Amino acid sequence: MDWQDFLSVLPFIIVAGWATILLLVDLWIPANRKGITAGLAVLGLIAAIAAVISRFGIEREAFDGMIIVDGFSSFLQLLFLGVGVIAIAQAYDYLRRRDIERGEYYILLLYSLSGMLLMASAGDLIVVFLAVELLSIPLYVLAAFAIPKADSEESALKYFLLGAFASGFLVYGIALVFGSTGTTALSGMVAAIESAETTPILLLVGSGMILVGLGFKVAAVPFHMWTPDVYQGAPTSVTSFMAVGAKAGGFAALLRIFISALPGAAVMWMPLTMWIAALTMAWGNIAAISQTNIKRMLAYSSIAHAGYIFMALPAAATPEVAPEAVRAALFYLVTYAITNLGAWGVVLAMEKAEGSGLEIEDYSGLGKKRPALALAMALFMLSLTGIPPTVGFMGKFYLFQVVIDANLIWLALVGVVTSLISAYYYLRVIVVMYMRDGEPEVRSEALLNSTIFITAFGTFFFGILPGFLLKMINQVSLLDLFR
Amino acid sequence: MIPLSWYILVSAALFSIGIYGALARRNALAILMAIELMLNAVNLNLVAFWRYLTPNVVAGKVFVLVVFAVAASEVAVGLALIISIYRRRHTIAVEEIDMMKW
Repeated sequence: MDWQDFLSVLPFIIVAGWATILLLVDLWIPANRKGITAGLAVLGLIAAIAAVISRFGIEREAFDGMIIVDGFSSFLQLLFLGVGVIAIAQAYDYLRRRDIERGEYYILLLYSLSGMLLMASAGDLIVVFLAVELLSIPLYVLAAFAIPKADSEESALKYFLLGAFASGFLVYGIALVFGSTGTTALSGMVAAIESAETTPILLLVGSGMILVGLGFKVAAVPFHMWTPDVYQGAPTSVTSFMAVGAKAGGFAALLRIFISALPGAAVMWMPLTMWIAALTMAWGNIAAISQTNIKRMLAYSSIAHAGYIFMALPAAATPEVAPEAVRAALFYLVTYAITNLGAWGVVLAMEKAEGSGLEIEDYSGLGKKRPALALAMALFMLSLTGIPPTVGFMGKFYLFQVVIDANLIWLALVGVVTSLISAYYYLRVIVVMYMRDGEPEVRSEALLNSTIFITAFGTFFFGILPGFLLKMINQVSLLDLFR
Repeated sequence: MIPLSWYILVSAALFSIGIYGALARRNALAILMAIELMLNAVNLNLVAFWRYLTPNVVAGKVFVLVVFAVAASEVAVGLALIISIYRRRHTIAVEEIDMMKW
């Protein structure tokens, strides 16, 4: 252990440490000026972004392999930090409007982010578990942030109970994998499985339970029951962060554990992940059709998108396709993050102070009243469906291609068919916005508008010119480290 | 010496009781206790694996401590949440905290 090890976790240290400092600083900031806390939190995130960029391209293990710094972790950390900045910008005006503006919001958000950063560079199952909890526990509190509002209470309790239940599965699975391979280090596992020094039954049950635990976190069918309720009940700015950040964090762990540490056990988890992916895509999209509340609709949409990303796992069971599968999953995560942050931003702009304005019908006439906002929302909906010229199309295209390369043609077909089904409920929003008359009440807040503009621009820009993003992702090598 | 498989069986039984409790009980506190039982099953497993398989590596023992710490912080947040709900609704029965459709 030397000072370089600490440099390797510098982004994590900055975010977690800064959150702790802010916890004290916030005491001196008067209650009506909590915007200062938000600004300071963003400053910390910018410092962390600088720390990630400064070590881009470096690959090393730190703390005896507990922490891995590679292209995969750096890329995901940049994604998480970007999501954090946008989430804070979106929350600022919303919290004031809902009259729940407290400095702890930004601090908890930073703590949760630090968990995600740790997850991206976890090289040991102990760290994975710690990161999952560090990511989740602040989110339980954030979901409860609008207490004493009843739906926020309910959302938080459901999220907490099911989240803790899922962590139980995750950590039990980790214990069994430890018992089977005799190590908790991901790199050690590869070696143990290759030399056949394992107890296959423990490995099978263990990796299955890890899949269940993380399946809960990313909201994959059949572990998705909590998602619509939690997303609907939580304050919308929290939902936005939760839908993007927590899901990407869960997938970071899934990709790292299954593709880089347990490729030798692919026979065991490949059929499982395949069915989870197919079921998640199908059920998420079908259940979304009948939703009238936009938050619930987007919740089911996020379940469906978890299914699409999940397709990368069975595809990666074919060793030649694995590197491409990881890249496709990362590309899709970026796609999902940009588009979803934008869509939730529009939902935030439409929500009234008392929490109404969340029905899809409420969007009637938006096309006339606020053409720019409606255009952005239309773009996000097209991107979620996967229609060019948006980034959503590129993401799906890349992912389906990988799945077909892995000879899982039926799975790609399920993906295409469910995308077609999803067009129905996404396009309905566009129809309501442009073809119905109504007088929607919309807020125009500078920060919120700028996040919507940035994400809309990203959705469009990466949709026609994905080259820049692809070039960055092509440098990501999840697998080299253990070979 | 007691064979390792006995520990695994006891732990699996504990874990199953925990799952049953979490799914069957209707009181939020009881569910929390059941979840704690699941985590304790994990600890039993970890200590047994450490003792029998890798007594010279510290990872197994450390993991137990990590699980303790995480379980404690989870309970801290969970109890705070349950108390704040109880204050307003005077109930912590989960089926009564269910306005949104599942």
